Amino acid sequence: MAGVAMLITVGAFGAAGLALASVHRLIETPSAFVTAILWVGAAAAGVPIINAVRAMLTAPRRAGFISDGDLAGARQVAANGRELAATAMGYALAVLLGSAILAFITANDGAISTTFLRWDFIRQSWEGIARAFLVNIEVAIGAQVLVLVVGLVLAVMRLLPGRAGRPLRWIATLYVDVFRAIPSIIVLYLVGFGLSLAQVPIVRDFSPLWLAIMALTLTYSAYVAEVYRAGIESLHPSQWSAARSLGLSYPMTLRTVIVPQAVRRIVPPLLNDFIGLQKDTALIGVMGVTDAFMQARLVSSSVFNLTPVIVVAVLFVIITIPQARFVDRMIEREQGRRAGRTS
Amino acid sequence: MTFLQIREVHQSYGHTKVLKGVSLDVNRHEVVCLIGASGSGKSTLLRCINALEPIDSGEILVDGDVVTGAGVDVNRLRRNVGMVFQSYNLFPHMTVLRNVTLAPVRVGGVPRDQAEEQAMALLGRVGMADKAGCYPDALSGGQQQRVAIVRALATNPQVLLLDEITAALDPELVGDVLAIVRELAVDGLTMLLATHEMGFAREVASQVCFLHQGRILERGTAEQVFGDPQEERTQQFLSRVLTAGRA
Repeated sequence: MAGVAMLITVGAFGAAGLALASVHRLIETPSAFVTAILWVGAAAAGVPIINAVRAMLTAPRRAGFISDGDLAGARQVAANGRELAATAMGYALAVLLGSAILAFITANDGAISTTFLRWDFIRQSWEGIARAFLVNIEVAIGAQVLVLVVGLVLAVMRLLPGRAGRPLRWIATLYVDVFRAIPSIIVLYLVGFGLSLAQVPIVRDFSPLWLAIMALTLTYSAYVAEVYRAGIESLHPSQWSAARSLGLSYPMTLRTVIVPQAVRRIVPPLLNDFIGLQKDTALIGVMGVTDAFMQARLVSSSVFNLTPVIVVAVLFVIITIPQARFVDRMIEREQGRRAGRTS
Repeated sequence: MTFLQIREVHQSYGHTKVLKGVSLDVNRHEVVCLIGASGSGKSTLLRCINALEPIDSGEILVDGDVVTGAGVDVNRLRRNVGMVFQSYNLFPHMTVLRNVTLAPVRVGGVPRDQAEEQAMALLGRVGMADKAGCYPDALSGGQQQRVAIVRALATNPQVLLLDEITAALDPELVGDVLAIVRELAVDGLTMLLATHEMGFAREVASQVCFLHQGRILERGTAEQVFGDPQEERTQQFLSRVLTAGRA
């Protein structure tokens, strides 16, 4: 194992050296600072080799223990060696991956970086794109709020009991089936152009922004209804029994016992759908709303370079990551609170 | 005076017949213990009395009112009939105090501060007043079950149904919970309890019913059923329990 680790770490070191050299070549007049950084990078890529060497060195020590008849000692040294070798390989594989990415970016005389990552285009376009991105945020937040409400209504409709609830159950089921099946870009297209074309009262006066919110709400409330339903159905029936046995009515049980618990459980899947919704706001360009992606494409086609589109992509990443962390923390806090501390 | 009448109740889950004609009269201030093997219908009978399970035929009367069949306000019935479950079933997203006050405030229309005062008094009685602000997950099983009993009592029920409430508890916690039930029995609360605690049943029961395959096979006072069981099935059941060391 130590031998394999040695091979991989040296290989990774070589690959990193090649990748960094091509970066150095690309930058026409590298400053001393940049060169220094590249050297540090190269040195860092060699660090796993140290562990591989240490792993190799355990072999003679192990042999020594065995010849002394100390099997337990030999076992410990061997385990230590395996741990060192595994660590070396883990880091070396990361170096290898990083080198591959660097090589890809610098390939073809840096064609990748000049197509996607032109600093001057970033500077030139980011402000307009960021401003247009506010439209995406507006649409996303508007749709998310509406989706939370409509999704819950749909979920409760689908769970209505008895014969009286059957027609509403059917309607809700049909709605979910239909809107989960239609691609959201088609819903956006139909709502954006169709409703104003048909001069539907009230709706025809909506701004394109509101039509976009409506269209995304139509699609995503179907998803979120299913998330709610899964959350509600995941609660043990004994919670229903306990609440009903206290004399709470069906709606009261839903409101005070079932939904509050279900909502806590569905936060992670709900956030997944919300991130999906945020990403789909990049589609609202099809109905003539100028969002960040539309703006970026305009700039992009005028400068014949894809850097502005990368700017939009980065903006989406920037708003998504904090949400993911926020939910992680919320879940932790909820678990912490329930696990013992009093309110 | 007969407070609870169960007349020829049949019940089934799908094609499985669970209750096959159960009749039982319970007087006020009586404590009735239902004993029998798992699957004999004890829990189902209790759930039927609280209308948690629909019955196929027969009828159940509480305080002279038929509470089965169409048009019965089950929510009003349940205010008079409290129920405690084997797995406590506290609401995990609410503190102990909110668990107890939920029904009085939302269903009984009691003002919150008054409900909380009553809840604290009840919690104090079972030694749980200092845990009022805790969430159920922070409590032991025995503590949770004591809270569950208080929650059922908070609506001032006329009769309390206890469904194997000590079956899920660690042995050393059983005593605390049974002590509360014993106290309630002394206070004269009408109770029906499904239980495997034969010693306890012998002590508190004014009537013991042995259920076997959906029928009450034998009934009588604790002395009659435990001391001199007539049915062969009862004898077998009791001797099995005895050898398991539960009596």
